[in-house]
Amino acid sequence: MYVWETEVTRGKLSWLASSLLCSFLTLAFLLADARPASALPLVTAKVTALPAFARKYGMPCSSCHEAWPKLSPFGQSFKDNGYQMGNDRDAPIFQSPAYWPVTFRMTPQWHRETTDRVGVDGPVVGGVPTTVEQRVTTHGFDWSGLDFHTAGTLAKNFSFYLLPASDNTGAFHFEAIWARFDNLLGSSWLNIKVGKFELDNLLSEKRILTLSSNGGLYQNYHFQPMVSPGVGESLYTFGIGDNQVGAEWMGHSKNDRTRISAALLSSNDGSPGLPTSRGYDTFIAASQAFEAGSLGLQRVGVFGYFGQAPTYYQYTQTTTTPIGTDMINGDPVINTTTSPVAGTGVGNKSFYRAGFIGMWYVKKLDVTSIYFRGWDNVFLGTNTPANQPLPAGARAPTWNGGLIETHYNINPTILLLNRYELIRMDRQTFQSNPSNLGDLDSLTFGFRYYPFISSRAGFAFHNEFSVVRQRGAAPVTGLDVTSKSYLAGFDFAF
Amino acid sequence: MSTPKLSKIMLGLVVALALPVVGAAQESHIGKLTGHSRPGQGLYTRYCWGCHGARGDGNGENGPYVTPTPRNFVSATFKCRSTPTGTLPTDQDLFDAITRGFNTSNMPAWVTLTGQQRADLVAFVKTFSPRWKTEAPGKALSIPAEPAATVQSINQGKGIFQKLECWKCHGQEGRSDGPSAATLTDSNDQPIRPYNFSVGGRFKCGDTNKDLYRIFMTGLDGTPMPSFADVVKPEEAWDLVHYLRTLQVTEKSPELKLWESTKEGAAIVQAKKVENTPTGSGIKP
Repeated sequence: MYVWETEVTRGKLSWLASSLLCSFLTLAFLLADARPASALPLVTAKVTALPAFARKYGMPCSSCHEAWPKLSPFGQSFKDNGYQMGNDRDAPIFQSPAYWPVTFRMTPQWHRETTDRVGVDGPVVGGVPTTVEQRVTTHGFDWSGLDFHTAGTLAKNFSFYLLPASDNTGAFHFEAIWARFDNLLGSSWLNIKVGKFELDNLLSEKRILTLSSNGGLYQNYHFQPMVSPGVGESLYTFGIGDNQVGAEWMGHSKNDRTRISAALLSSNDGSPGLPTSRGYDTFIAASQAFEAGSLGLQRVGVFGYFGQAPTYYQYTQTTTTPIGTDMINGDPVINTTTSPVAGTGVGNKSFYRAGFIGMWYVKKLDVTSIYFRGWDNVFLGTNTPANQPLPAGARAPTWNGGLIETHYNINPTILLLNRYELIRMDRQTFQSNPSNLGDLDSLTFGFRYYPFISSRAGFAFHNEFSVVRQRGAAPVTGLDVTSKSYLAGFDFAF
Repeated sequence: MSTPKLSKIMLGLVVALALPVVGAAQESHIGKLTGHSRPGQGLYTRYCWGCHGARGDGNGENGPYVTPTPRNFVSATFKCRSTPTGTLPTDQDLFDAITRGFNTSNMPAWVTLTGQQRADLVAFVKTFSPRWKTEAPGKALSIPAEPAATVQSINQGKGIFQKLECWKCHGQEGRSDGPSAATLTDSNDQPIRPYNFSVGGRFKCGDTNKDLYRIFMTGLDGTPMPSFADVVKPEEAWDLVHYLRTLQVTEKSPELKLWESTKEGAAIVQAKKVENTPTGSGIKP
């Protein structure tokens, strides 16, 4: 057929050209300098792509995913509808009894990590150990953690999701666990979810298409300002990309063009056992999609997370543990540990993250753009207990961030991707800080090649390079830190 | 394996897959939208081939596991049409089918695709059968305005239901248990069940009274459901629609409300209903 042949020929040329370009750029970056780098956290991405759904409905991955695990508008609608297509195949009673709604995902890989200006032990000077900065590089074959997704419907309009996930040592935790009432009172505007879940982020970090240590997360989703040079970030932990614990109301129009959600969340950043405080946070998101002729579906939205975090613990607990006997005088040796009593965090202070998002489709090209705004209370920004006086000159830090992520789907089997993020401090915690302290730039690009598209399993050859630079983050000199990752791996799910 | 070699193999595979699919470019016209088969092909490759197959013959990798079997676009026989039985459907018919999906099959509603994308898909679906090159779609059925439902029209519809022997397949109470129900097969020789009115739910080709009217006036090609356009007058067809609505005892329709307001209707409906069934159908087995 003429159409197909033309498509094939064009696709081949585009693929070759794109591969050459990608390979060249990758090589260029690998051979490029090795300027300084920050010991940014190595995050294991917990991503979602469920061949179990494909098996259930007999549809290829590409129906719900632009390129798995990223959702297409159809996949987003399927998710918003409680993992239901809206026909009578949704309820498990219509499924073969042998159907098992489970998906495994893992990524054996080769990766290379380079971070300059890492604080390491230096020579002992005058009997005093010192710290010096060195560039640290490592590479080799490795594997990711294991994601063990099980999700679907318990009955028509009762959906669930359970994700025990491990790091690459096999240590498991529950990344997600929730149940949802869908379409209450027959309305798509009334869906209630309770448990631990991903926030209603249109740009989902759980479905991120990049996997490397630096590129496998959205920097804007986890950024916290530095207190002052050499001190590091504020101590409270929060990430808008982290799964949170709480209850969510979500509503959407039948065709999913309009989406809105609000969540009430425990202020524990998704940690189990209520470890920090008794506070509650709120997350709201809303978006509207519209058709733009032959270009495709465009979507714009807003989001905001309004949280609080404790600044000190009301109670502490001291435990003494005999650990042996003094060899000289025979006295018992006691280890004394003082730790906060979980859940008694007080002196809550607030913070927010908010922004706008636009998801733009130009046929095979899609671009996601986000503007972020962040603010931390001055007590959080300076790590000061609320019952203590603030350091002189302390201010509430604010910052702005931006993200542009581009995907080019040559066809459902080949995806080129690129992302640039920047974060710029608007107001430093201390006026004496350099104005750009903590500013961050991140560039990630690569491609994913899916040699087959089926409804049984998914496989992608993943190739990615990512570089992150943060201003003034070096632990000793306060210079910039640059960190680079390269990852090539076989990403598969079944 | 070197890249050039890999590329040649990939190209060969894709071309081999594509070769049997030989058809001319097609367009579709739905309202102000004009669909084109070329972008439709990309969408088909992304969304549809898993069931309908690369050749459009319904033999995708999931074809053997899907009941009812996916539509065979090569034969160009479509159930949901506004056109007379045996004729090709209009572009709008295909567009509506993609948009609506089919409740009792694996075919979802593709309402999240843009209108342009659905129009492109319609254009591409039309490349699979040579019929689209040699035949024009049938003339769309003209549906007169619906008269108000009355007890009289419901009773007249009940008589038509008997006269046309709808009960032979659908059963006297519309429970899909007529004497012929168990013997029915479709054009692929696959067993097929008549619609069960008592369970309710969306009809295969829509959920409005107009859709119901159209279904029995045009028939569902490829199934035992015939067209009654030649034997039923329009006013009779509306009577039948009103009566059929009363068989859907779990659906809150004006016709059912009217029917329940009569002594006879209330007794019949009450007899059919049973509360708290485990599967939620609300119907006596």
